Amino acid sequence: MSPVTNGRDSKILQNDDRELVHAAQRGDPRAFAQLVEKYEARVYNLARKMMRDPQDAEDVLQETFLSVFRHLNDFHGDSSFSTWLYRIATNAALMKLRARKPPPLSLDEPFESDGDEMMPREIVDWGITPEEALLNSEVRAQMDAAVAALPEALRAVFVLRDIEGLSVQETADVLGISVPNVKTRLHRARLMLRESLSVYFKGRRTSDEGRRTKDENRSSVIRHRSEVSQ
Amino acid sequence: MKHEHNDLCAQLQAQLPDYLDGEARAEICRAIEAHLADCDDCRIVVDTLKKTITLYRAAPRDAVPREVHARLVRVLNLDKFTSSR
Repeated sequence: MSPVTNGRDSKILQNDDRELVHAAQRGDPRAFAQLVEKYEARVYNLARKMMRDPQDAEDVLQETFLSVFRHLNDFHGDSSFSTWLYRIATNAALMKLRARKPPPLSLDEPFESDGDEMMPREIVDWGITPEEALLNSEVRAQMDAAVAALPEALRAVFVLRDIEGLSVQETADVLGISVPNVKTRLHRARLMLRESLSVYFKGRRTSDEGRRTKDENRSSVIRHRSEVSQ
Repeated sequence: MKHEHNDLCAQLQAQLPDYLDGEARAEICRAIEAHLADCDDCRIVVDTLKKTITLYRAAPRDAVPREVHARLVRVLNLDKFTSSR
């Protein structure tokens, strides 16, 4: 078995950002509009995965670009524009989430866990390939629900790294946490999602098998009746 | 089913993050793969963990709904400078 490779390359997006940012900083609304159109889908996707409520996601989208506009002259190119943008978007999402309830833990605290929590519980073959699974809207909804159920500190890391396709280093830069911390949280998030999807796929297989058994019983009854009537 | 893990399985767990991201050293990869050939439970866990990552990485991004885009552009006063959708 080979390692999993990441299909999205955030580097491509960095081409000609510098010029657009410079033009936008000089007050060119067309350049700013181009940056918005280039990145709005990324910011919206991040917001949709971080927030349960679509209206909250839209608020995060708007707050992010308003904040980018207000602070554009504070951006000096120390990081890539996309890393800076992701930092603003992630902070907007986390602030909105935290405004609702007391913070469960600080983003840079080591994530406490006993070893047992990290051990897999559901050990079941899913009986479906990722390609088949992605065509199914129920599976997609289940995937979103599983991400939404992750603790915020893990969710942010997972969304940036495995959904948005940032590197581990970029994820660490966006969140202002260490690379080992990103790796630990990412692994924990992946284990939790695997667990959650395994429970779902096990249920699906059981109900499929139940339906098949019922169908088989029904057809054997029909066969039996037709044999009797002959 | 409860995973009855032994020392080897626990070692595998510790090496998994680097292995999944292709950052484990070659001898670690070989040791993991040898263990997976013998341990059905670990093989299923690693396989479903890889599927989990693949699923999320391959899922298409949520498109920005037309009205969400329109409201964003309006809030930013960029109506005149963006392409209409």
